[in-house]
Amino acid sequence: MGLTGIFSYLSSFVIQAGIYAIFTLGLNIQWGFTGLFNIGIAGFFAIGAYTSALVTLPMPSGVHIHYVQQALGLGLPVICGVLAAAVVCGIVAFLVGFPTLRLREDYLAIATIGIAETIRLVFNNERWLANGPQPLTGLPQPFWHDLVDTGLISSRDYAYIYLAIVLVVMILIYLIIEQIIRSPWGRVLRAIREDEPATQMSGKDIFRFKMQALILGAMIMGIGGALWAHYIRSVDPSMFTPLFATFIMWVMLMLGGSGNNKGAILGAFLVWGIWVGTSFVTAELPAALQSRAPYLRLLLIGILLELVLLFRPQGILGEVRRVSRMLKE
Amino acid sequence: MAKDEDSVGPDPSVTVSASVAIPRVRRRLRWSRWAVTRALGGLSLLGLIVLLIFVGQAKGVTFIRLASLAVWGLTLGAVIALGAIGLTLVYGILRFANFAHGDLMTVGAYIVLLFVGTVLPRGESLAPFSFGWEFLLALPLAMIVTVLIALALEKLIYSPLRRRGSSPAILAMAALGAAFLIRSLVYIIWGGDFHNYYVGIRQALTLPGGIRIRYDQLIILALALLFVFLIYLFLERTKLGKAMRATADNPELARVTGIDVGRVIFWTWALGAAMAAVGGVLLGLDSQVRPEMGWFFLLPLFAAVILGGVGNPYGALAGGLIIGMVQQISTAFLNPAYKPAVAFIVMIIILLIRPQGIFGGKER
Repeated sequence: MGLTGIFSYLSSFVIQAGIYAIFTLGLNIQWGFTGLFNIGIAGFFAIGAYTSALVTLPMPSGVHIHYVQQALGLGLPVICGVLAAAVVCGIVAFLVGFPTLRLREDYLAIATIGIAETIRLVFNNERWLANGPQPLTGLPQPFWHDLVDTGLISSRDYAYIYLAIVLVVMILIYLIIEQIIRSPWGRVLRAIREDEPATQMSGKDIFRFKMQALILGAMIMGIGGALWAHYIRSVDPSMFTPLFATFIMWVMLMLGGSGNNKGAILGAFLVWGIWVGTSFVTAELPAALQSRAPYLRLLLIGILLELVLLFRPQGILGEVRRVSRMLKE
Repeated sequence: MAKDEDSVGPDPSVTVSASVAIPRVRRRLRWSRWAVTRALGGLSLLGLIVLLIFVGQAKGVTFIRLASLAVWGLTLGAVIALGAIGLTLVYGILRFANFAHGDLMTVGAYIVLLFVGTVLPRGESLAPFSFGWEFLLALPLAMIVTVLIALALEKLIYSPLRRRGSSPAILAMAALGAAFLIRSLVYIIWGGDFHNYYVGIRQALTLPGGIRIRYDQLIILALALLFVFLIYLFLERTKLGKAMRATADNPELARVTGIDVGRVIFWTWALGAAMAAVGGVLLGLDSQVRPEMGWFFLLPLFAAVILGGVGNPYGALAGGLIIGMVQQISTAFLNPAYKPAVAFIVMIIILLIRPQGIFGGKER
């Protein structure tokens, strides 16, 4: 592999890990700061990806009309798709949270599994909605027209533009969360996580704050899902399995350190590095075992989660407990 | 107003006039309240099933088809109940949602697949059923292996986490990890293909009225009911069973009254995993054995548990039967692929209108 090959490999790695980091940042708001147990990330991932696809793709025309069915095709710019993804994810989060957030914390977990599974079933079976089990392809990419079509850069180098976009979005989300989590609003979230009855006693509307945290986290996940869809340029229901779209994000957050935004990003890059790195190792396995190799790697990721829970529950970085930056330590 | 001893709520005149017989009256009052809540719960669900049948009729589905679906739903429901009983006991006693319970069912199904045809030679099938004696022999073996796996997880993961005082959410997350561990092992050992225990035509029986049911489904229903009855005897008649119910109801109180909670936890895993194995094997016999079968079964399991009230094994039994029937009848006018979603919708409705479960009296 030449130098350019290594660079393009690295850039695709950083794009993927960066998008996963956006998901773990969203999960960190829900679990890390508020203690909301969402194991239906796959559902928000799918909603984000499909919403953005339907908003940015035009309606099928010409010969495609026989192969592609979609309920919607607005053909808007990518930025509209990403924003719509966030909005629709927020609405879905509200619908999930409404019956469950007043109840025991694990009911939310069960309901999120249910919604993720239901969303996957709907996209798989409703052909009219978004082409059913067949992929929707040819999603537009941001700035492609301005840069590649005008000959400013080659289509191969476009990956670096996308890399920059993902990193900018990730850092923006990081900075925004860092700000709001230090605000009085963020303190209420952490108070709910630590001691719900006491927070209620101080006059906080628990349900409302939990709902806001759930919706905000889900909107960030929607942005992640949209970015993933425009990177792969194709969406189909098999992408949203509980493993790749839920479980791996949880391992990332728990390993990096829940309640710490730097930890969320670190965990995403570490676990994605382990996942990609082990594929080089399993590539050396005999051909007969190749089809099962992904599950050996999954086993490893599962063991990693159990070890973190047992021996370092705070994760690598852990939460920095500080009441206020106005107070000296 | 007519004085009726069976009316709901305390009736002052009864307590005053019958002060001598207070315990008896109180018991009767409690009994009546119990009966009314359950009757209401049961009626509302029967109403749901009747509504489904009406929708089916309106859509032009024949009555025979609906009746067949209801009977098949009972079979599916019995399998759900077997899984849900273990899940609700673990939930009630150990206080966490065991997301690995479905995958314990998968393990049970695969252990039978392992034994039948390898360790145990395939004999003549027990006509009219599709399976032979070796299948019935393999069932207890599958139960034992599944119990050992559950106990190993308890020893290696759950017990250390509890000792460290981890929250229920952390335990549930560990269970989620365990679910993926188990499933990846299943994939590594057996691969991702779908399997049938026995291939060939499955004979069916025509019930009066033209309802067709496979002989295999009859034995599934019979075996499931047998195991449910055995659990009933165990929970009602043995001291351990009573201790288990007491712990599920209120762990702190159980500990104070001198119940050996460690022993209860051991037997909870053993009973829950054994029933999960039976459920998984019967599910595999009814359809197919595949690595994701248990994971996809989690939604109906949790729906049954929440329907029946967390920690209530009898509620889980009734919840399982109801969810099974609703799921099956819904296929008359919905794509069968949506069965898990139907269970999920029922669960959300229950959470909205009666989160403590239709059979649970206590607010949770």
